[in-house]
Amino acid sequence: MTVSLRALLGATAFVALTGAAFAETTITVATVNNGDMIRMQGLMDDFYAKNPDIKVEWVTLEENVLRQNVTTDIATNGGQYDVLTIGTYEVPIWGKQGWLASLNDLPADYDVDDLLPAIRGGLTVDGNLMASPFYGESSMVMYRKDLMDAAGLTMPDAPTWADIETAAKAMTNKDAEQYGICLRGKAGWGENMAFLTAMSNSFGASWFDMDWKPQFDSAEWKATLDTYLGLMTNYGPPGASNNGFNENLTLFQQGKCGMWIDATVAASFVTGKDSTVADKVGFALAPDNGLGKRGNWLWAWSLAIPASSQKQDAAKAFINWATNKDYLALVASKEGWANVPPGTRTSLYSNPEYASIGFAKMTIDSINAADPNAPTVKPVPYVGVQFVAIPEFQGLGTTVGQEFSAALAGQKTADEALAAAQAAVTDEMTAAGYIK
Amino acid sequence: MARHISTQRRALNTASAWTVALILFFPILWTVLTSFKPEAQAVASPPIFLGFDWTLQNYVDVNEQRDYFRYFVNSIIIALGSTAFGLVLAVPAAWSMAFVPGRKTKDLLMWMLSTKMMPAVGVLVPIYLLFKTLGLLDTRFGMVLVLTLMNLPIIVWMLYTYFKEIPGEILEAARMDGASLRSEILYVLTPMAVPGIASTVLLNIILAWNEAFWTINLTVTDAAPLTKFIAGFSSPQGLFYAKLSAASTMAIAPILIMGWFSQKQLVRGLTFGAVK
Repeated sequence: MTVSLRALLGATAFVALTGAAFAETTITVATVNNGDMIRMQGLMDDFYAKNPDIKVEWVTLEENVLRQNVTTDIATNGGQYDVLTIGTYEVPIWGKQGWLASLNDLPADYDVDDLLPAIRGGLTVDGNLMASPFYGESSMVMYRKDLMDAAGLTMPDAPTWADIETAAKAMTNKDAEQYGICLRGKAGWGENMAFLTAMSNSFGASWFDMDWKPQFDSAEWKATLDTYLGLMTNYGPPGASNNGFNENLTLFQQGKCGMWIDATVAASFVTGKDSTVADKVGFALAPDNGLGKRGNWLWAWSLAIPASSQKQDAAKAFINWATNKDYLALVASKEGWANVPPGTRTSLYSNPEYASIGFAKMTIDSINAADPNAPTVKPVPYVGVQFVAIPEFQGLGTTVGQEFSAALAGQKTADEALAAAQAAVTDEMTAAGYIK
Repeated sequence: MARHISTQRRALNTASAWTVALILFFPILWTVLTSFKPEAQAVASPPIFLGFDWTLQNYVDVNEQRDYFRYFVNSIIIALGSTAFGLVLAVPAAWSMAFVPGRKTKDLLMWMLSTKMMPAVGVLVPIYLLFKTLGLLDTRFGMVLVLTLMNLPIIVWMLYTYFKEIPGEILEAARMDGASLRSEILYVLTPMAVPGIASTVLLNIILAWNEAFWTINLTVTDAAPLTKFIAGFSSPQGLFYAKLSAASTMAIAPILIMGWFSQKQLVRGLTFGAVK
């Protein structure tokens, strides 16, 4: 009896210990559907080999759906997600709210000092790193070298808006469905307003002055909108007020755009297998007006941990793996350097193999040309290059975007759109208590 | 002469019906066609109708990226569960409103319907908090519960309309023969209302299958149905229309096939009592 009891106790202890040794922690990662994230899901064997006790469940959603889902969960302390994919816009706001866990204690091999300063600055709140960048991007000019050659023009590496207009005019042949320039026109804070806010910085405009008074009645905004509408009306494609990133990408890939100013991440698409002009594309910095600021933005999709997560250690292990230098080397070994997530680490751009890729230098120069803490010529009270990092901005940006999109569609004049934007933003900012 | 006009009119009616049907069906047809196109041809301008390079690659990619079967099983459980649960609650409610109406029955019916007019997002946060407190977030039972409640007004209304068509004298006769209330509803009323109940069931399954707001907001992984499966294939940067179309085709195929085979029941039920 005693022997049996001992055997039973021994077996129980063995099962308990074995179970403990193989106890899995399952973390849920919420992410957007983009090529880099899909690629990461295909490389998870490497993570599981290094972390056999952690299992990862993926929730992939459309960007706006993800934002709504995650905001609801995080605001109600729901605890459904352990790792979030969030943008540069959310990090300062959510970090200040105390919704995110600090990532200051990631292991030494994470090498936080290797992060690009501009990107790291946008993800740091009160000295704490609140999210780890997975890929970063700016915006730049992508242009057709063959059309420029045919017009007898050369695109400077750092063009002005006057250079852009000259090139757009020379490359336009509407009878042949050849448009000199393609820009975002679809209304939305992350659509046309991402482009136009970044563009306005190069004209010296800003959303607000230091007293949070809206500035759409300024001469700088008038010059911005007039230039944009002039370019698009004279040299842009028809129906441009419905065009966002994907529509312009399609037009450019089909050879219908002479120039396209948009996200640096587009470089791999316009030179990829689906592009009919892959070998004819050149790159230049976003234009300026000689005022010391270029019309390029700064964005990073980053991984963060909600403060409500109960599995923060496992979540940090995942973030360290996914955003470490070793991960970039892993992608390069499996898929080639051109497919490495760009725009996060200094070491990537000092790697000669990566630097030899056509768009690498222009991408890093564009990222370095943007400063989220001093986005425009004059001092402003907000953080963000193509957005204003306040909770109200999503609504404000979309409202103003609708006015400007209507102006592009010919339903309003530039003056009417600017006046409507000024009135709407003033009302909202007064109601929100920014304007006393 | 009269026969000639009649034939012409019939041909015109047939042509009109086909035209309307094709217009209504075109978005689905276009989605299915797009699902077989390479991504670049899916966004070609001008659009390519049939002369594209047919491929199954999008279906392969979609299945590699996500476990379709898991989402499918959740959709089945949520759609059938909420329909069954809804019927259990709605049949007695509709019976009482149809055969023993009170002074406020009409008001009650209108109030029930009015709950459908409220934007769902208005109660998202309270329901999310309630679900969190009750441990119902990302559970199949939670989704069955919420979709039952969301569709209950429609089920009650439909059953009420069908029950009103059944002569009360038949139920009275059953009662005089000694039938209990349960027997009256189960063995007399229900068999007579089978076409109406069948169409209610079918419509509710379709509504529950297609419901996207609650299923996307209250599920994460364990209870996520096909609506959440589709939501992951839209991309802010990069071409995605062909893969999204493949995912959509896979998501709507089961309900489309069910609708096709049960269309006579559906039409009969939906027009029940419409023409007197």
